[in-house]
Amino acid sequence: MALLEVQGLTAGYGIVDVLFGLDFSVDAGEAVVILGANGSGKTTTLRALSGMIPAGGSARLDGTPVLGTRPDRLLRAGVAHVPQGRGTIVDLTVEENLRIGGSTRRDDLAGDIERWFEVFPRLGERRTQRAGSMSGGEQQMLAIARAFMSRPRLVLLDEPSLGLAPLVTAEVFGQVGALVRETGTAVLLVEQNANLALDFASRGYVLEAGRIVVSGTADELRGDEAIRKAYLGA
Amino acid sequence: MSQFLQFLFIGLGNGAVYAMIGMGLVAIYRATGLLNFAQGEMAMFATFFVWTLDDVGLPLWLAVIGGMVGGGVVGALTYQVVVRPVGDPHQKPLAVVIVTVGLFLAFNALAQLIWGTDQRPLDPLFGTGELQLGSTYIAWQKLGALAVLGIEAALFYVLFMKTKLGLSMRAVASNPESSGLCGVPVSRILLFGWALASAVGAVAGAFMAPNSAVDANLMQVPLIFAFAAITLGGFDSFVGAVVGGLAIGVLTDVVPKYVGFVEKMPTAPAFLAILVVLLIRPQGLFGSTRVVRV
Repeated sequence: MALLEVQGLTAGYGIVDVLFGLDFSVDAGEAVVILGANGSGKTTTLRALSGMIPAGGSARLDGTPVLGTRPDRLLRAGVAHVPQGRGTIVDLTVEENLRIGGSTRRDDLAGDIERWFEVFPRLGERRTQRAGSMSGGEQQMLAIARAFMSRPRLVLLDEPSLGLAPLVTAEVFGQVGALVRETGTAVLLVEQNANLALDFASRGYVLEAGRIVVSGTADELRGDEAIRKAYLGA
Repeated sequence: MSQFLQFLFIGLGNGAVYAMIGMGLVAIYRATGLLNFAQGEMAMFATFFVWTLDDVGLPLWLAVIGGMVGGGVVGALTYQVVVRPVGDPHQKPLAVVIVTVGLFLAFNALAQLIWGTDQRPLDPLFGTGELQLGSTYIAWQKLGALAVLGIEAALFYVLFMKTKLGLSMRAVASNPESSGLCGVPVSRILLFGWALASAVGAVAGAFMAPNSAVDANLMQVPLIFAFAAITLGGFDSFVGAVVGGLAIGVLTDVVPKYVGFVEKMPTAPAFLAILVVLLIRPQGLFGSTRVVRV
């Protein structure tokens, strides 16, 4: 059984429908990407999954229905969400952001925080600095570390490449990839940047105007010239 | 000199009350990004709880604690029943501000309905005695107000900077959506913020009431001074509320005694000071300006 099994997911804003029945799944420890252009519904998919907007259809986490669950409850069930634009809490320090990330846990956070400072040394150097004063790449790393602080089983990662320089984006992907292999955490990534995302993920779906039009392994998607031309702008 | 010290402590004592209300305003401002116009009336309501408990024979200090509990419940109910259903104040600021103006009128009318329009006397918490220093007499009540303000400020500091609950409150104040995604129960945190702000209003009211009496208009003038205090100190700073409150107290109670032309308009120095501070530092003395990088 898949860790996350989504069937017929629909969502929208007010009277505007954005998603028209998505089916996809993520296995435990697996990195999956949903690729799509601007406005195809990538962010909406993640927002619907984590209960930030009303949604229809079904989403099961280990067989338990989770659609419509409030974000803080969903986190307790093991799903962390790194929102679009990173969502770092700019008025708190780097360390306080990590503490908030682990706020659902009752055990000591200090060990985990130190570990993240080893994984991302630049965060360690800035631990007492306000998160809002850091660069976009640093904030993205903080947002990812913060999501992992809750020791999730599944991380929803919304377009980490947004607004970052290509070199920084590659670095972020490299680090998240290492994390996924090391911790066995599953990741559902939504991205526009097909090349980097397909290196990172093992499987992918292509989303167009609220519908999944193609799916396959990363190699299949990368190798298919027609798909690249039609959907990935390469 | 001794006369000056007497005036000074009257000013500081009154300023302490403005600071207490100001801290409640800052607590709500930091949680919602809004000024709560009903803050003073909620404090007045809580002060009536204090009066009622005192009237049935409880010791005054116990009545104040009871008033804080009652005020906290009123604050929590206000958030849950009236403020929360209106929507996210970050998205509909005007709607929520107007709700707080409505609450101002509602609490005022409700207090008159429940407790009538009589002036209800309340004894000073620290008695009517005075501390004699040479030829200077300072009312214990004023010193008590300063001491209580100090304790309140220390407790706020510990709560906000040293506890997990305080961290969650600061997180929600800064970015409610992200806080929710991090597992913070946002509405419960906001509920606690409103309860806290309203509870400390009981203390401010208990210090204000002996100057006149408990009635429905008790906190209207102090609320204006508290607004002045946080304008001076910065809307988002507890330190600013304390410094601003004390400064407003001193400026309105001490300066007019010595500066002839403002004798007849004792509030003028405070508002002049605010004008100057706002010209130089629009965010107030201790307020923060936001710098956001993306």
